[in-house]
Amino acid sequence: MLNVDHVHKSYPQGGLFTGGRQSVLHDVSFECYRGECLGIIGESGSGKSTLGRLILGMERPDQGTISLEGRSVLDRKARRGRISAVFQDYKSSINPFFTVEEAIMEPLRLQKKNPEGNAHSLKIDVLLSQVGLDKSYRSKYPHELSGGEVQRVCIARAISTEPQCIVLDEAISSLDVSVQTQVLHVLKELKEIYQLTYIFITHDIQAAAYICDRVVIFREGRMEEMVPIEQLKTVKSEYARKLLDHLITF
Amino acid sequence: MNILEVEQLRIWDALTEEVIVHNSSFQLKQGQCLAIVGESGSGKSMTCRSIMRLNKPAIRQSGRILFQGEDLNKLTEQEMRKRRGRNLCMILQNGMGAFDPSCVIGVHLRETLQAHYGWNAKEVEKNMKSAMERVMLRNPVDIMNQYPHQLSGGMLQRIMIALALVLEPDVIIADEPTTALDTISQYEVVEQLIQLRKRMGCSMIFISHDLGVVRKIADDVLVMKDGHIVESGSIHSVFSKPQHPYTQFLVSTRRELSNHFRQLMQEEQHIAKR
Repeated sequence: MLNVDHVHKSYPQGGLFTGGRQSVLHDVSFECYRGECLGIIGESGSGKSTLGRLILGMERPDQGTISLEGRSVLDRKARRGRISAVFQDYKSSINPFFTVEEAIMEPLRLQKKNPEGNAHSLKIDVLLSQVGLDKSYRSKYPHELSGGEVQRVCIARAISTEPQCIVLDEAISSLDVSVQTQVLHVLKELKEIYQLTYIFITHDIQAAAYICDRVVIFREGRMEEMVPIEQLKTVKSEYARKLLDHLITF
Repeated sequence: MNILEVEQLRIWDALTEEVIVHNSSFQLKQGQCLAIVGESGSGKSMTCRSIMRLNKPAIRQSGRILFQGEDLNKLTEQEMRKRRGRNLCMILQNGMGAFDPSCVIGVHLRETLQAHYGWNAKEVEKNMKSAMERVMLRNPVDIMNQYPHQLSGGMLQRIMIALALVLEPDVIIADEPTTALDTISQYEVVEQLIQLRKRMGCSMIFISHDLGVVRKIADDVLVMKDGHIVESGSIHSVFSKPQHPYTQFLVSTRRELSNHFRQLMQEEQHIAKR
């Protein structure tokens, strides 16, 4: 469904007069199937968030193509309503002047799909209950909510247009561990309801193991290894082994 | 012997009259590592900042904080400044925010060490160099000539630990030192903190919401919820037989994540055991 084909990306480096470019992604290709959760694991600075932005069509790859159901993600029309995102920094993800209701309706309003009157109100109640919040949250502002609650609102907003694919860029990393588990539950349930495809970008292997079907291990802009989650223990590359050995479990 | 005793510590916001920490009491023994766990907003960072007396002026505190028999609440600001760093050292969560962004790392380190030990630049460099090598930072001199934004979060965290090594404090307060780090840096920072304790025999207060890390490093644990200490005891007893429902909730949610992972890795562990 989502095809990433030989993608390269580099950024200009340093000062105004130096011509050097820093390569961030180097020859990345993979395919993500419908209804799958694909994990992208890597340490900070490995280029995994850049890949996320490229998939969302927010930036243009230097070489290669990324396509969603055969249409390039750079095409706004191909993207609209089909792909959505949840980011790590929940504090800056929602306009502070918007109530929860307005925040969730924002993408629908932009698509001019705004349901009228009763249907509108019902839709928000349904979305909120799907992410485990009740009706009373509708008129609240983001600063009145805790991190886990804001992140749930972000998820509700992401699914409001009923997309096929959601990019979750470190979506649970800044939450407490107990809240992480709850949000992961919500994500799993939603996946069943909407038949969603997730691109789950994280540095936390345990969370990835919990939700993903396949994982890509990323290092310095290259794909180190790609394994189905059941075979995680059989990873061969040295870096992937190091990651597993250095994990602190409970 | 108790190196730090906190008695009936109460923290409240003078503007809103809201109580943040309710009469909490605990002791830290010489050489012990005490972990404080709880979700965000439970008052664990507030407790530690009030020990260092670093809270904002609108946040008031009452109760007794005895450090080696001396009440920190009664000291003047100048006396308190001398204690910070030399006796009580804090390792902060956010490396990016902990260093002065307008000057290179070396300047910050020199200022700190000059204030406490009155060393000259050469001595500072010599001592910092050996400390930074001990925390596995390569090319310490190059690092000292770089700005905080040029270094990664894990490196800044290790520089803070290196500074703590040189200062040789009696009590180290580590406020979520590993939360912002990725798997490998997290592992290394935890290893360094364990080494630091072994080498200096200092006491430590370790704040975290990740029970996995806490279990690895701490001897005793306090569980905080909404400003109350709901449970305390040794790591083993609290995590294996949690009494309070809130602790049970924390342990079970963490275990759920870990168990799934362990199942995936299980076969390998069997091989390892053989």
